[in-house]
Amino acid sequence: MADDAIRAEVAERLTRAGENGVLRVITCGSVDDGKSTLIGRLLYDSKLLFEDQIKVLERDSRKHGTAGEEIDFALLLDGLEAEREQGITIDVAYRFFNTEKRKFIVADTPGHEQYTRNMATGASTADLAIILVDARKGVLTQTKRHTYIANMMGIRHAVLAVNKMDLVEHSRARFHEIVSEYLTIAEDLGFATITPIPISARYGDNIFSRSDAMKWHDGPTLMEHLERVDTNTEKEAAYAFRFPVQWVNRPNLDFRGFSGTVASGAVAPGDDVVVAHSGKAAKISRVVTADGDLETASAGDAVTLVLDREIDIARGDMLADPQQRPEVSDQFAAEILWMTEEEMLPGRSYLLKAGGQVSPVSVTTLKHKLNVNSFEKEPGKSLKLNEIGVCTLSTSRPIAFDPYKDQRETGSFILIDRFTNQTVGAGMIEFSLRRASNIHTHAMDVDKARRADMKGQKPAVLWFTGLSGAGKSTIANLVERKLAEAGRHTYSLDGDNVRHGLNKDLGFTDVDRVENIRRIGEVAKLFVDAGLIVTCSFISPFRSERQMVRELVDEAEFIEIFVDAPLEVCMQRDPKGLYKKAQAGEIKNFTGFDSPYEAPESAEIHLKTGDLSAEDAAERVIETLIERGFIG
Amino acid sequence: MTDIQTRIRTYAQRFQSGAQPRARELSPHLKALEAEAIHIMREVAAEFERPVMLYSIGKDSTVMLHLAMKAFFPSRPPFPFLHIDSLWEFQAMGEFRDALSEALGLDMIVWVNEEGKQREINPFTDGSALHTQVMRTEGLLQALNDGRYDAAFGGGRRDEEKSRAKERVFSFRNAAHAWDPRNQRPELWRTYNTRIRKGESIRVFPLSNWTEVDIWQYILEEDIPIVPLYFAGERPVVERDGTLIMVDDERMVFEDGETPEMRKIRFRTLGCYPLTGAVESEAETLDDIVLEMLTARTSERAGRLIDFDEAGSMEKKKREGYF
Repeated sequence: MADDAIRAEVAERLTRAGENGVLRVITCGSVDDGKSTLIGRLLYDSKLLFEDQIKVLERDSRKHGTAGEEIDFALLLDGLEAEREQGITIDVAYRFFNTEKRKFIVADTPGHEQYTRNMATGASTADLAIILVDARKGVLTQTKRHTYIANMMGIRHAVLAVNKMDLVEHSRARFHEIVSEYLTIAEDLGFATITPIPISARYGDNIFSRSDAMKWHDGPTLMEHLERVDTNTEKEAAYAFRFPVQWVNRPNLDFRGFSGTVASGAVAPGDDVVVAHSGKAAKISRVVTADGDLETASAGDAVTLVLDREIDIARGDMLADPQQRPEVSDQFAAEILWMTEEEMLPGRSYLLKAGGQVSPVSVTTLKHKLNVNSFEKEPGKSLKLNEIGVCTLSTSRPIAFDPYKDQRETGSFILIDRFTNQTVGAGMIEFSLRRASNIHTHAMDVDKARRADMKGQKPAVLWFTGLSGAGKSTIANLVERKLAEAGRHTYSLDGDNVRHGLNKDLGFTDVDRVENIRRIGEVAKLFVDAGLIVTCSFISPFRSERQMVRELVDEAEFIEIFVDAPLEVCMQRDPKGLYKKAQAGEIKNFTGFDSPYEAPESAEIHLKTGDLSAEDAAERVIETLIERGFIG
Repeated sequence: MTDIQTRIRTYAQRFQSGAQPRARELSPHLKALEAEAIHIMREVAAEFERPVMLYSIGKDSTVMLHLAMKAFFPSRPPFPFLHIDSLWEFQAMGEFRDALSEALGLDMIVWVNEEGKQREINPFTDGSALHTQVMRTEGLLQALNDGRYDAAFGGGRRDEEKSRAKERVFSFRNAAHAWDPRNQRPELWRTYNTRIRKGESIRVFPLSNWTEVDIWQYILEEDIPIVPLYFAGERPVVERDGTLIMVDDERMVFEDGETPEMRKIRFRTLGCYPLTGAVESEAETLDDIVLEMLTARTSERAGRLIDFDEAGSMEKKKREGYF
């Protein structure tokens, strides 16, 4: 072939392959519905399989396959060795194929209820959901679940793919029966389009080519629909301008730009923008890329913006349209999907990450749970793995956001466990509960420093944590006595004076324990504000709660004291007879016994009371207070 | 100056401030993939203390490097590049790497497993498995530990191999650099969890959603220089068990009856020359290559000898810390 002819043919093939950009698709359904077979069929029919891949597929089909002598397309997809042997897909796998018009990214996720989080992960970036139904079985509980979750995650287009039509004699009546049943559950949700298509993944009917057996189908084939449906980016482009700043670009003193990806809307030189948090305004002077400056940038474009004046902007800030600003709030309502074994407890402190914004956060209330199969509201005190709840949250720093239903990119967040660093929750913000700007702390003439000065001391929280019987109260009592003898002003909080009054409504479940510590923390904070040295003696078994109290007061004011005695020693001492009761089954959720104790990893003071007398232990605490300048 | 050095010089001028912008508009899907990769790279630069970008000199790696040049423009990429040199790469690869890093002003670290060098590990006599284990996997781990890197970019794509299809863009590694496929962090939207403890790290794959076709089309549209071995040329080869091995230097160990012959060949993937099979080809230009690939019937890893064992072999390697 001559050079020009080659060039022309390459250009022809490639340009066509990119015309309509990228469509992200999630397939929902179980192995039984033929989900993997459908995806395998899409790859096969789009001629993306190479000979060596087909060879491996044929070999694997004989070894693990369920389609007899025929190729089992499902085997193309179940990636990891163990999964293949179990015959289930347990994670999110991504597949790619191109047609003449589009590139497709397919998130293949498992269908069972215990994999709700995997489905949500795949759905979070998808433009379209293919909801598979077995024509013989019709709409099932899982069909509803997939539909609700797809809708909750903001997917705009639903395809109801009624599969295995060959097994119901390609019956038009059966198809319509399933469609009308489906529409009763899906019609009133938020989908922009719902497109039912009768298919047979195994034989390829109505996937790439029209089915001879189902000439009655007058809608599009699956591929026709996938090639022309609009994407989320197109919707985002129509929303107000949002630009989360990722990275400050400062190669030298002459250039200061803000790098990021336009989340929604568009921007051009000359446009006015504001920083969401500070309200500071500026004009765009340049839209910089390595391919030269742009005249405009819109949703999805990764650019670097230069402003016409110097204003304070850092990673985590959001540039926005001054006429349509995002919400900025530290209290808001959100749907949360819980993604880890350890349950979500209201009051516990997590890290919230929304784009480049990171803040400590706690769930103030769990308003209700949503049943993942019916989406009906149910009462609940905590969220377990794969459960969804509507919650109110409170962040330490205000967050800039949009409602998730309007803008996925700026309306979403993840929750991170502060100790394991695992991603534990996914959140979709519904609305703000109050504007952060409306809260003004009343400045008092007499403040913490003044109160402390009058007492000639620096306030502190001495937090004694450890198992029951480790010696917390004994040591705290000695410490307070020594402080009092030295003329210091103190107060002591312990189970006896808190559980009988302030917290008498709380029991000993994990949820109540978290709330117990939260209230104690707030009270301790008030005493610190009053200028006192506060001793707190609580088992406080969870790291997260101790961390939460630590963050309530100033950095240096929190002294964590780990009163560390082996469980056997504590059980032997058993000053209140509690271990005996726990052993007899009279007390449930007893720490160290049938409820965990998470030892501090870097306590300021570590007292091993197995071989340290209470007197010596108290003396060490006093020494530390002197070293750190709390007392002279 | 050789042709490729001149070509690279011209290419590097594109990233000078005030250079003439390129007129060509990217295909929409490549523009989306490019923006995604740039977003990922900026997240890493902003959130990690000691990131590094692995550079293998291959086409995917070179695309990744090109994307890094674009992501931080007009700044230089704010991290070093790291090449794990097995000492058995094609000579043309070393020349390409040096010319590229010099022209672009990159901080390019070339790491050799000194212990392996002392032991004179040789793929011909020690076998591919041992050579790869010592010079690549162990070399990589040494380099990562030595640099105390908390994030390392790799050019892996999800379409390459089944276990990669399930790997996250931000893939967590424990302090021993091992991957636990059963315990991956959920990855939603474009919000990546970058939190790690001391000693742990994240491997980052900005090209996760690219396919081989996308890579070639991008190289074509962006006019990115690649190692000349990707283009067909007359080169000395021997045929061994159906694989064409190029005689790249005097260390080549011939088996009985083997004599090199000149054939018109090219490589679809690059690595250690004794372990990388060539294909006979007439494709002398990028357009030729793309056309050949669009009509190809074997996937690119078929040319890489180390992947030829069981289907799950890549997963095993990854658990041990291989990219």
